[in-house]
Amino acid sequence: MNEELKVSKIKNGTVIDHIRAGMAPMVLKILGVERGFPEGVVMAMNVRSRQIGFKDVVKLENQFIPDDFVKKIAIVAPQATVNTIKEYKLVQKKQVELPHDLYGILRCLNRHCITNSAERVPSHFTVESREPIGLRCHYCEGLVETDSVESLL
Amino acid sequence: MHWHNRDVISIRDFTREEIELIIAKAKHIQPSQTELADKVMASLFFEPSTRTQLSFNTAIQRLGGSVIGFSGAEGSSVVKGETLSDTIKVVEKYADLIVIRHSSEGSARLAADVASIPVINAGDGANQHPTQTLMDLYTIDACQGKLDGLSIGMVGDLKYGRTVHSLATALTRFSNIKLRLISPPNLRMPSSFLRELEEPVPYSETEQLDLRGLDIVYVTRIQRERFADIEEYEKVRNAYVLDKKACEQLKTSASILHPLPRVNEISTDVDALPQAKYFEQVRNGVPVRMALLHLILKGA
Repeated sequence: MNEELKVSKIKNGTVIDHIRAGMAPMVLKILGVERGFPEGVVMAMNVRSRQIGFKDVVKLENQFIPDDFVKKIAIVAPQATVNTIKEYKLVQKKQVELPHDLYGILRCLNRHCITNSAERVPSHFTVESREPIGLRCHYCEGLVETDSVESLL
Repeated sequence: MHWHNRDVISIRDFTREEIELIIAKAKHIQPSQTELADKVMASLFFEPSTRTQLSFNTAIQRLGGSVIGFSGAEGSSVVKGETLSDTIKVVEKYADLIVIRHSSEGSARLAADVASIPVINAGDGANQHPTQTLMDLYTIDACQGKLDGLSIGMVGDLKYGRTVHSLATALTRFSNIKLRLISPPNLRMPSSFLRELEEPVPYSETEQLDLRGLDIVYVTRIQRERFADIEEYEKVRNAYVLDKKACEQLKTSASILHPLPRVNEISTDVDALPQAKYFEQVRNGVPVRMALLHLILKGA
């Protein structure tokens, strides 16, 4: 991999930087980037980084990311930064942050959990550990760890 | 320590000191027709139960309180399509405390989040049954005179059995506990519980019914209803049978516990052995629940 990876700048949109190497496809999944996505998307993987060794980068043209998605990104890429670009200029740089409680943005894997019943209760997870990630369902108390956390998204 | 109007949903919510306080209170609590005379307990058993419901009903009545409620969802408005949240919001207008059993895991936590009165979880699916764990601990303490420094064996279905999961979690609150997990390979304790144990409670896993050196043998039923494949159930249903012969391995001071009902995992000839404590364990459900109800409705 080259020391410097050159990708053209975007005029308007979002650059998600410092994604843990290998996790960019997961970030794209969270953002709903798939066939037929209406805007330009660039994904770079295994780029050398002074801060975290190797990193992934995602650039999205004309897309700005709502807070709930930023929280989800924090689950798979806890060191990522979300940069908002307007007219080629960086107008906001935000470090993703995993809150202690995650409301309504994940789906519990336990099919017997009350959140998967006709009760229509929004999911609620608490972050039990951050490195490695451990999320516990507030309701059924099921613990989801690194190897299965992707299935929640 | 805050007790008045407290919810009891999961054994995870309790510290060692709180568990010890319940046990101490349960040891000394006496029947009284006046202590909770003005209190009404709503007993919402969406799933039928024999021991737990009768035990709660006995406990509140021994303290002078009264009971309303139902047993089985067919006795409730659920059959008309009412949500659990709405049922709770209605019932709280009639009662001072709710005891709930429901098949959905997390149902009791939801009830507690919705209700303005205290809620006690009497079993939510395969998740938690904290008052069972409290009476297990009470029984262990009564039989062994301590809750630290014990060798405890858990036998049978360690994968789906909520009583062993809750008890294992509770044991992390105590010191020098050694755990021997005896189960068929497909009914091992889930890794998420094993990771919780790792540091505070050293454990070993085995398929052999090795009872030597144990202070407590906690036997569980292999539950047919947990198996999607009946053939898988048939393979393991008789994996362990604790009979008089197997009990020859036991220390004379050991205690055999079982949350009941049993099927054939403990032979009836074991009942007469001095180590058999499972019917005593059932009886202990009443003072433990009396203590808990008193603490919640009157404060410490």
